[in-house]
Amino acid sequence: MWWAQLLNTISGFLGGLTPIVGDYESIATGVVGSGGAPSVTFNTIPSTYKHLQIRGIARAASGGVNAIAIRLNGDTGANYAWHLLYGTGSGSAQSAATPSTATALMSYQANPTNDGTGVFGASITDILDYANTNKNTTVRNLSGRDGNGTGEIGLWSALWNNTAAVNTVALISSGANFAQGTTFALYGIKG
Amino acid sequence: MTVTYEAIESKTLVSTATDITFTNIFGTYTDLVLISDILMSGAQANCFVQVGNGTIDTGSNYSYTILSGNGSTASSDRGSNDTRGIFFTNNSYPQTTTRNLTIMSFQNYSNTTTNKTILFRSNNAALGTDAIVGLWRSTSAINRIKVYPTNNSFAIGSTFSLYGIKAE
Repeated sequence: MWWAQLLNTISGFLGGLTPIVGDYESIATGVVGSGGAPSVTFNTIPSTYKHLQIRGIARAASGGVNAIAIRLNGDTGANYAWHLLYGTGSGSAQSAATPSTATALMSYQANPTNDGTGVFGASITDILDYANTNKNTTVRNLSGRDGNGTGEIGLWSALWNNTAAVNTVALISSGANFAQGTTFALYGIKG
Repeated sequence: MTVTYEAIESKTLVSTATDITFTNIFGTYTDLVLISDILMSGAQANCFVQVGNGTIDTGSNYSYTILSGNGSTASSDRGSNDTRGIFFTNNSYPQTTTRNLTIMSFQNYSNTTTNKTILFRSNNAALGTDAIVGLWRSTSAINRIKVYPTNNSFAIGSTFSLYGIKAE
């Protein structure tokens, strides 16, 4: 009924929502250009926020590479661990984990082997309490790719076993370059 | 100061509704986030999402991969060449007295060189939880979003809030 729809919409506008001004801020955006790139890195991240969020779309430039790794503050040591709960579209959900590794996998991406042209995976990554020097850093991620007949959806968590404040975040395509158009946007959340 | 995370439109139902549609969505943001809090007026129902540019796409251009749990079983499923996307399964659908809460993220929704990938996190505290990735096979910018149940109606008090996130 048209009048019901009108009433519902008016109710919404009058109810109103307050824009979040200044508490959720865009810090930087990385976009992979032609030729691809092995990683996207955010440097000199200010410590003035409470949490960081990275939102993005990603695709490997070649092959069936489906994962993205994270590296914090340039640390290449075996100081990471990660866990994953995931589904591939049939049967039971599955899990995976790797302790004490130099490569912390933490997100899915699309790839040419499994996903059609123009298909990118999507991800939302939270780095919680990133500037707190009393805590090791926890990263969590919701990400997935769907190629219309193939796909993966996952809930990831990763640990950086270091209490230093995070000031650099590198997102690394695990096995092949990121394709052109891969985009990651870094946001800071105040608290 | 530039507003990064901005409320676009909110709908709180004052009467039951068989569908909710957001139209004329500007392409000036980077991502869209739709947060829904749903009760049903009748029996529980699955709910679907369709998107479009100018008109809602009802073609077989949707697909999805599901991760779902109900407290005793964790499972995965998929749909292909569907005329609609889903944002929860019967492990988290809304009922008349238990709510479904869903966050939908439409990443790079206005990018005209990529197909559109959408992430869903959906929960009903009495039933279970779902994580879903959906694909709309179109490079058109999304400027309208429709959500609707398979049967019955969204109940009075259900809310649907659309936000835009702008990357610098």
